[in-house]
Amino acid sequence: MNQFKLLTLIILTCLSISPSQAHADNALVAVASNFTLTMKKLVTQFHEETPHTLRVSFASSGKFYAQIKNGAPFDLFLSADQLIPTKLLSEGYAVPNTQATYAIGKLALWSSDPNKVDPMGNILKSKTFNKLALANPKLAPYGFAAIETLEKLNLMESTKPLWIQGENIGQTYQFVRTGNADIGFVALSQIQNHQELSTGSMWEVPNDLYSPIKQDLIVLKHGENNAAVQAFLNYLALPKTQKLIQSYGYHTEFN
Amino acid sequence: MLTETDWSTITLTLHLASIVTVLLLIIGIPVAWWLARTTSAFKGIVSALVALPLILPPTVIGFYLLLLLGPNGPVGQFMQWLGLGLLPFTFEGLVVASLFYSLPFVVQPIQNAFESIGSRPLEVAATLRATPWERFFYVALPLAKSGILTAAVLGFAHTVGEFGIVLMIGGNIPEETKVISLQIYDHVEALDYTQAHYLAGIMMLFSFIVLFALYSLPKNRPIRYGA
Repeated sequence: MNQFKLLTLIILTCLSISPSQAHADNALVAVASNFTLTMKKLVTQFHEETPHTLRVSFASSGKFYAQIKNGAPFDLFLSADQLIPTKLLSEGYAVPNTQATYAIGKLALWSSDPNKVDPMGNILKSKTFNKLALANPKLAPYGFAAIETLEKLNLMESTKPLWIQGENIGQTYQFVRTGNADIGFVALSQIQNHQELSTGSMWEVPNDLYSPIKQDLIVLKHGENNAAVQAFLNYLALPKTQKLIQSYGYHTEFN
Repeated sequence: MLTETDWSTITLTLHLASIVTVLLLIIGIPVAWWLARTTSAFKGIVSALVALPLILPPTVIGFYLLLLLGPNGPVGQFMQWLGLGLLPFTFEGLVVASLFYSLPFVVQPIQNAFESIGSRPLEVAATLRATPWERFFYVALPLAKSGILTAAVLGFAHTVGEFGIVLMIGGNIPEETKVISLQIYDHVEALDYTQAHYLAGIMMLFSFIVLFALYSLPKNRPIRYGA
């Protein structure tokens, strides 16, 4: 047994000092599904520019919470909110002082019909739509922001009979995209590609109508000394990376 | 058309479904045999337990398996005490979860097949001095062949089509636990509908061929528990 341990130790030491391993590391990253498109782009560029390898899993933040608490081997977590990273930290699953806002979501009222939504969002008052899709406000930050907006505009009562709620913002997008709901509150990141509206018509909801949808990341205990995680965090802070995130329809804290 | 990741999810899925199907038959045949023959008071309880995954939503099963198999769950602690690793987020974990999830699809057709044989052929064999083992292997199994085939196909197809439970237990980790259904989900979330359509199309075609082959077999009874 001791010999076996010694052998393992020698092998591990050799691996860690061999030139290719000295710099390159692997990390497993858990990413909230609303950031899927942007993350794929970020990872492609990160792989081109650094020797590190990231493997990325996409699911809802709530699922990741349950998985991380039950031993999931994730090194870094990009959540769709601030609550879950904070909870993970207080419960001892994350590394202190690593929580940071990597993106701030923007809310948009969108229709897949190019002539449906006016640039001022007056359609909400007009009632010329069959359904209004929004994400479940209890589960999804974008749903909560949609409710805040409707409250500020005093449109809760009049629109309520027309609501259909998606489990998350992805499902809400599908309701509108497939035309089952004429309009819906979605994430700007879902409908904007390189600063252009991909299809349909939209009203970008002004910032003062809802509280900022901050998405936080946090390093998990499993990835505490992972070089790939560190490199990716540095990469995220670069101005050009921030620009890229912005071009996918988010605000960022810096620049 | 398909990316490298798409292909790796396809091979992983087929690998998983094959292992699960073989194990399901090894577990399912004795369970079905016992259920078909027993007069024990436990028959009702065991039948209900086997059928339970049909009723519970897959994400709910996944969530409780995660708690049960995780580092703080009873099964997880037992595994650690044995010096074995934890099951969630590994391929082995997917196998265990799938076994549980697809068990009714395998047990029930085989049980039906055993029940429809009746006791007469087995009694006749007994008068010819066949031992209980011989009666099982040389009489019951061959007569239940079409039920076993149905069970194997259903178990395989059902495992290929899983989603909620593998997302929860597997963690959607590339090359380890990311199966076809999860890859389609990723494509949809990334708004890459074209790629999602390709993979979903392949899955549909595959399922159609499997079921078509099954239904076209001669002398096949209708499947009682369809996916």
